Amino acid sequence: MAKITKEEVIEVAHLARLAITDEEAVHFADQLEAITNAMELLNELDTENVEPTTHVLPLVNVMREDKSIEGLPREMVMKNVKEHEGGQVRVPTILD
Amino acid sequence: MKLADKTASELQELLHSKELTIAELTEATFKRIQELDPKVDAFLALNEEQATKQATEMDQTDATERGPLFGLPIGVKDNIVTEGLETTASSLILKGFNPIYNATVVDKLREAGMVIVGKLNMDEFAMGSSNENSYYKNTKNPWNLETVPGGSSGGSAAAVAAGEVPFSLGSDTGGSIRQPAAFCGVVGMKPTYGRVSRFGLIAYASSFDQIGPITRTVKDNALLLNAISGHDEKDSTSANVEVPDFTAALTGDINGLRIGVPKEYFAEGVSEASKQAVKDALKVLEEKGATWEEISLPHSKYALSTYYILASSEASSNLSRFDGIRYGYRTEKAGSLLEFYMNTRSEGFGDEVKRRIMLGTYALSSGYYDAYYKKAQKVRTLIKQDFDKAFENFDVIVGPTTPTPAFKIGEIIDDPLTMYANDILTIPVNLAGVPAISVPCGFDNGLPLGLQIIGNYFDEETVYRVADAFEQATEFHKETPQTWEGAAQ
Repeated sequence: MAKITKEEVIEVAHLARLAITDEEAVHFADQLEAITNAMELLNELDTENVEPTTHVLPLVNVMREDKSIEGLPREMVMKNVKEHEGGQVRVPTILD
Repeated sequence: MKLADKTASELQELLHSKELTIAELTEATFKRIQELDPKVDAFLALNEEQATKQATEMDQTDATERGPLFGLPIGVKDNIVTEGLETTASSLILKGFNPIYNATVVDKLREAGMVIVGKLNMDEFAMGSSNENSYYKNTKNPWNLETVPGGSSGGSAAAVAAGEVPFSLGSDTGGSIRQPAAFCGVVGMKPTYGRVSRFGLIAYASSFDQIGPITRTVKDNALLLNAISGHDEKDSTSANVEVPDFTAALTGDINGLRIGVPKEYFAEGVSEASKQAVKDALKVLEEKGATWEEISLPHSKYALSTYYILASSEASSNLSRFDGIRYGYRTEKAGSLLEFYMNTRSEGFGDEVKRRIMLGTYALSSGYYDAYYKKAQKVRTLIKQDFDKAFENFDVIVGPTTPTPAFKIGEIIDDPLTMYANDILTIPVNLAGVPAISVPCGFDNGLPLGLQIIGNYFDEETVYRVADAFEQATEFHKETPQTWEGAAQ
């Protein structure tokens, strides 16, 4: 049975760009450990000669004609942007 | 005149005979929502002004130009984008988000002349089985307001069950249409993966997600699937296959139909009431000329683990787009770019979403990829093969939709594994990608139970035919919940 430590949770959270407190990390460690332990059920199956399924339908690359298609107008694209100026997205200062 | 219990064709008759106008129907719909939704809490944003204007204009359209859904009201799950109508996927991270285009299904609803009345509550980003993961509110089950409506399309199922709308759209990744349909006593269809375009559906797990209709009758369900199906250039995983008229399959004739009944769907954890309701349903189908046999889908018990590894992995990638830069929630606390991302995401996402993002990130991280992700992809093949084999000898597979009826709000929200087990009978269908419907088949202590009918790839017709034959032979779909009593509209 895999043990998931608080430190591992903090590392995974960091990779996923989530800030979590020490207290949350302990809580999530317990829950993720229970979940991953339940998932180890899969190890009782021999899958050595089984092909993985990435997609249920027999799809191949879907191509379209190589021609330009007009995108959305810039003012529309900016509609949900918190702050923008001169057609560009404004973000908080993060460099000194 | 009460409109809440009318089917699409009954409403069309009223419109056709001019006993009712589209404007009146729309007004009555909003009145019923105002009356009942404070109790049920199914709706998020309402589209009253736009819908009323549209309805008045549509009354001018000549009867010869009207299709079977023309002028009828519909609610849309809040993870399906609607231009100019707030779409949040029930997450704080999308609060105030106003889409600048429509999902393909929304354009199709408009082409069919349907009136979109509002957006329906759900578990945040479609992750959950009870609607308790919504940032905004808990939707209640119209049959018992202390119980959950199921999830993640809980608002979509509850709104139809309460008679607030005759139609809604949901989405189903691991059971999110069928489980709430079962809990709320309505009809919910998850079409074959690829049958309906996912363009404009806010992605949770892209190799599983599928949009589908929720209604009170099988015929209405088939009508709505007619309207939303079809290949879409904007969704490269949508299938380029012919779309039949699904209502043509509703012949009532199931003589000679071969039904497989998986013994694994009657295993430990499935309540006696659920088992008995399915056994009774099989008798009904037998009387109509079908035969059934016990079969085995031997890898069923691995489905839950396989699903949570794969769906969480896909989610961890899909949800990386929410970074606070171009849209959605943005943190006030950021000293560096990294802090900006991390604070935005931890403030904007709820716990279940964080849990699945972390689980997926863990399963995809180096050192664990083969043990979890790749292993699960291989087991997915085995589960798919179980279905392929069964459909060599059987036309449909039948079992319960859920192990139990709806549970109480708050009862299991702190126990993720028990919550996940709710979807144990619906998840295998998504792993394989085949279509399945849930139809009402009984009650347990006043709470509805669902019969799940699973079909072969792109054979929604047979699924509908069986569901309709069952519905015609039973009265469960005519029962209405307590919230209907005393309602004025």
